[in-house]
Amino acid sequence: MKMLINVPETVVADALRGMAAAHPELAVDVENRVIVRKDAPVAGKVALVSGGGSGHEPLHGGFVGPGMLSAACPGEVFTSPVPDQMVRAAAAVDSGAGVLFIVKNYTGDVLNFDMAAELAEDEGVQVAKVLVNDDVAVTDSLYTAGRRGTGATLFVEKIAGAAAEEGMPLERVEAVARQVNENSRSFGVALSACTTPAKGSPTFDLPAGELELGIGIHGEPGRERRPMMTSGEIAEVAVEAILEDLTPRNPVLVLVNGMGATPLLELYGFNAEVQRVLGERGVPVARVLVGNYVTSLDMAGASVTLCQIDEELLRLWDAPVRTPGLRWGM
Amino acid sequence: MLDADFFIRWMTVTAASVDREAERLTALDSPIGDADHGTNLQRGFRAVRDALEKEPPATPGAVLTQAGRLLISTVGGASGPLYGTLLRRTGKALGDAAEVDERQLAEALRAGVDAVMQLGGAAPGDKTMIDALVPAVDALGDSFAAARAAAEEGAVATTPLRARKGRASYLGERSVGHQDPGATSAALLIAGLVDASADGEAGSE
Repeated sequence: MKMLINVPETVVADALRGMAAAHPELAVDVENRVIVRKDAPVAGKVALVSGGGSGHEPLHGGFVGPGMLSAACPGEVFTSPVPDQMVRAAAAVDSGAGVLFIVKNYTGDVLNFDMAAELAEDEGVQVAKVLVNDDVAVTDSLYTAGRRGTGATLFVEKIAGAAAEEGMPLERVEAVARQVNENSRSFGVALSACTTPAKGSPTFDLPAGELELGIGIHGEPGRERRPMMTSGEIAEVAVEAILEDLTPRNPVLVLVNGMGATPLLELYGFNAEVQRVLGERGVPVARVLVGNYVTSLDMAGASVTLCQIDEELLRLWDAPVRTPGLRWGM
Repeated sequence: MLDADFFIRWMTVTAASVDREAERLTALDSPIGDADHGTNLQRGFRAVRDALEKEPPATPGAVLTQAGRLLISTVGGASGPLYGTLLRRTGKALGDAAEVDERQLAEALRAGVDAVMQLGGAAPGDKTMIDALVPAVDALGDSFAAARAAAEEGAVATTPLRARKGRASYLGERSVGHQDPGATSAALLIAGLVDASADGEAGSE
């Protein structure tokens, strides 16, 4: 497997150095692996700290900036960051108004953020946490660690980020983040497995002519394998799976997200099919975002995330944001 | 009696076996996890080995608590907090005695395993490191060799299980038929007890 890297051991540090060079508006601490808004801490503003394994770019470092995250902690590839990173990030961005940790529901992320929250509170930082768990592909959560956090992370980070920017207090920002998560559902498909730099070969074997339904974002297999389908058929499976679990009465935000190796030509075509299915099911659509936002290295495939919104959430979604990975209105 | 040197040897031989087995652990982790268990543990135990070499703690308890803290700070994922907690809590249970006997180690390790079960919410049969650690602690009263055998058996016995915790749990039925990487690495840690005592008796290093 050919990769544009030096050695697997330094991929994360190398990427951070490159990110720092491209984005002088961010303070990138390569050694300690913390990406911070340069103007943080912002007086009186609740700070948002997120993080998780690397390999999902632009999540999360690409979402640091005005209107979204205050700081992000990238872990090793597909590995949660360590508590030291999160404590350092929280200390760097806390203005005294408190810090919201946005955590995706994976055992490693949960445990490390829990430890970090305890340590940060020992240092006098007020911490709240929100767990993102939007993936409907994980069916019987009695036997799992619960649903995975995937595409809804972007909605939570953007909308809670706008709430914090408006000066809402910590408990209100936390409530907004929870509301977004509770109203979000995702479903993903893979057309190919991904290759981690450390392993150097695909994480699972997916023969040509087959696809994986219900994948997460870590190159792990999904819930079912089927013969390859058309974009329209995949859109039906994904949207139906979501609507089995969420019956939107309000308009929805739609994220059609590429997993890393699927070109925009295909993603836009897939979005056309997603919009068709939503239209046939009578689901009103408020806003649509298409692109590679929550990726899985070089995996080919896509995920669909719907978030049912009210007027306030839509206003917060539309609020200005300026980050490397998401930018509008400023 | 087991002194601080024994515990340093335990961590050092474990670091060596994790180095040796890293590729196998990562290979076990790729069909049901995310293909990083070997590299993550390797990073952590190398940090432990280097720190213990540079500044060797004076008591068995201090060796393990320091090793645990380092694992939490370097490994990431679920393995960092879980292995870190295992060693930290075992170390705390040993207190500040200069030497401990095998029975005290067995009791302390049980406290460590209990802490891991509480933190991760896993029980025996969930296809996790617990499936190697619980039988190992039960057998530790007999001998280190018995504990090693029990841990290895426990790790192999995870193969037909359906995962209920960790990344593999998202696969449901499809996690069946693969040996759990966490139980496999836990068996390496327990095997390290045998190697550390053999090294000591042979007077090597």
